[in-house]
Amino acid sequence: MADVLVVGELKNGELKKISKELTSAARKIADAIGGKVHTLIITDNVDAFAGDLKAVGADAVIGANLGEFSPEGYANGIFAVIQEKKPAVVLMPHSAQGKEYSARVAIKANAGIVADAVALSVDGGKVVAKKPIYSGKAYANFKVSSDIQMFTVRANSQEVTPKDGAGAVEKSGASVGEVRTKSLSKDLSGGNKVQLADASIIVSGGRGIKGPENWPIIQDLADTLGAALGASRATVDAGWISHSHQVGQTGKTVSPNCYIACGISGAIQHLAGMGSSKYIVAINKDGDAPIFKVATYGVVADLFEVVPALTSEFKKVLG
Amino acid sequence: MKIVVLVKQVPDTETNIKVGDKSINEAGVKWIISPYDEFAIEEGIRIREKSGGEVIAISLGPDRVVEALRTAYAMGVDRAVHVKVDDYVTFDSTYTSELLANFIKAENADVIIGGRQSIDTDSSQVVVQIAERLNVPHVAMALKLEFDGNKVTATREIEGGTEVVETSAPLAVTAQKGLNEPRYPSLKGIMSAKKKPVDVKKPDELGATGSKLEVVSLEPPPPRIAGRKLEAADAQGFASQLVKALREEAKVI
Ligand SMILES: Cc1cc2nc3c(=O)[nH]c(=O)nc-3n(C[C@H](O)[C@H](O)[C@H](O)COP(=O)(O)OP(=O)(O)OC[C@H]3O[C@@H](n4cnc5c(N)ncnc54)[C@H](O)[C@@H]3O)c2cc1C
Repeated sequence: MADVLVVGELKNGELKKISKELTSAARKIADAIGGKVHTLIITDNVDAFAGDLKAVGADAVIGANLGEFSPEGYANGIFAVIQEKKPAVVLMPHSAQGKEYSARVAIKANAGIVADAVALSVDGGKVVAKKPIYSGKAYANFKVSSDIQMFTVRANSQEVTPKDGAGAVEKSGASVGEVRTKSLSKDLSGGNKVQLADASIIVSGGRGIKGPENWPIIQDLADTLGAALGASRATVDAGWISHSHQVGQTGKTVSPNCYIACGISGAIQHLAGMGSSKYIVAINKDGDAPIFKVATYGVVADLFEVVPALTSEFKKVLG
Repeated sequence: MKIVVLVKQVPDTETNIKVGDKSINEAGVKWIISPYDEFAIEEGIRIREKSGGEVIAISLGPDRVVEALRTAYAMGVDRAVHVKVDDYVTFDSTYTSELLANFIKAENADVIIGGRQSIDTDSSQVVVQIAERLNVPHVAMALKLEFDGNKVTATREIEGGTEVVETSAPLAVTAQKGLNEPRYPSLKGIMSAKKKPVDVKKPDELGATGSKLEVVSLEPPPPRIAGRKLEAADAQGFASQLVKALREEAKVI
């Protein structure tokens, strides 16, 4: 059988959108190569997610109770499910967690892996994965030649298409096995806001905001849109905001549907992190700033006037 | 302690990339050490400065990567190893991790450090794959590392914050920005680095089983949705046009 296994992800007990994106992508692959879609969710409460995943193509929704995240424990548990289901293709999120366990899973399964794929298609029974390389200055297409083909996939890169799968619910007995790294404590003080990696809208500020006291102007717009807050390196280096907000080559790579860059010049290292955003809005008073080369909508104006006006306009229409 | 740092040579971000059929055209490319690997080199040297031992820098690729190893020497590593692979497919993480892990296994290293990702392929795979191959724990996205004998306490970046973890050597670590400030090679270091030996290893000596990846094709980036500059008399005008464009045309908000 040429089955596809998806590893989904939860956040605060809720299904992340990437879980549906990957299940939808898996459905298309499974239909092309003739197999079933299994979506694995790490939870002791799989029933809660079965309906949502069936609706986007899961034939089986598997729950594995692996407890708190640990990269080794998840890798052991996921590998146990792979051994049981023997999929031809495994799709994992290129999330903070996915990056870590996927590397171990690939070695355990003796599989080749393409990480950070943004498009998946099928050619001659094999998956072709496309990924940006060299900071988005080129794209490459790969096939994996091992028996199991593994991919990690960038959030927001796959369409969610309704299509019913069989939707059977299964509970896996997979266990975490030996874990040699112990978590002592976590600081999630930045944790309740929308995270950059998953955000479908990002509002970012650059040196054009002039100083840290002006973040509220950008944050207001982000909050109004339910967006994540991004930043250029110049603002991070100046100490205006923590590095966890930095977008770019030495920050986070993001692919939202909409990226609103306020007072950001658009240096190549910044573009490396956000250049694959679907729609880009640039608000910059310098009409020659490089950001306008990639912007879908360019606004040549003072951000201190335009951003608040935009926030209040959105507040009106979004209620 | 025996520390191995992984040093990947990548095109400088500002370099123009010319896409060939299955690889890039390397003519005119300026090569640098992948920025996160600089944090790895620095951390390796700092661990040695505190705990003693030696730091081995290892780079995999064609002859040009020796330049990256010379820079590592100039920063202060003790030994340099070049895994010479001429037809190297830079995207192939499992082949890369197999060759490197086989070398490191023979060395019995206590600590293996690489960058959190290399900036040409952004895969975040090789270091953790090596940890799995060597059957040792790992700490990804490290912001702080402390050794007390074999006991290791680390602070690392996780989604939405940081985490403090405890583990033990031997282990693998990926370096995140913030772990340290990489030192600049001194002039003296650069001069003496030129004369230092670079140990060359061939894939067949390291016994790897080979590639599991096929490069189908390379292509230029997809064309962007055509952009336009909005025209308006004032901020209010820009705001209402943008809202309209994003809601009715792009339909993203
Ligand atoms: C190895 C390396 C890695 C790097 N990694 C990253 C990275 O990950 N992310 C990153 O962002 N950068 C990165 N950089 C830095 C990058 O090269 C730029 O320096 C940085 O992106 C510039 O940030 P900026 O656009 O905020 O600032 P600037 O380039 O100073 O641009 C500020 C912009 O604001 C505009 N502006 C000013 N006032 C206003 C106003 N009132 N209204 C509207 N517009 C206004 C200006 O016209 C200008 O275009 C890296 C650099 C190196 C060398």
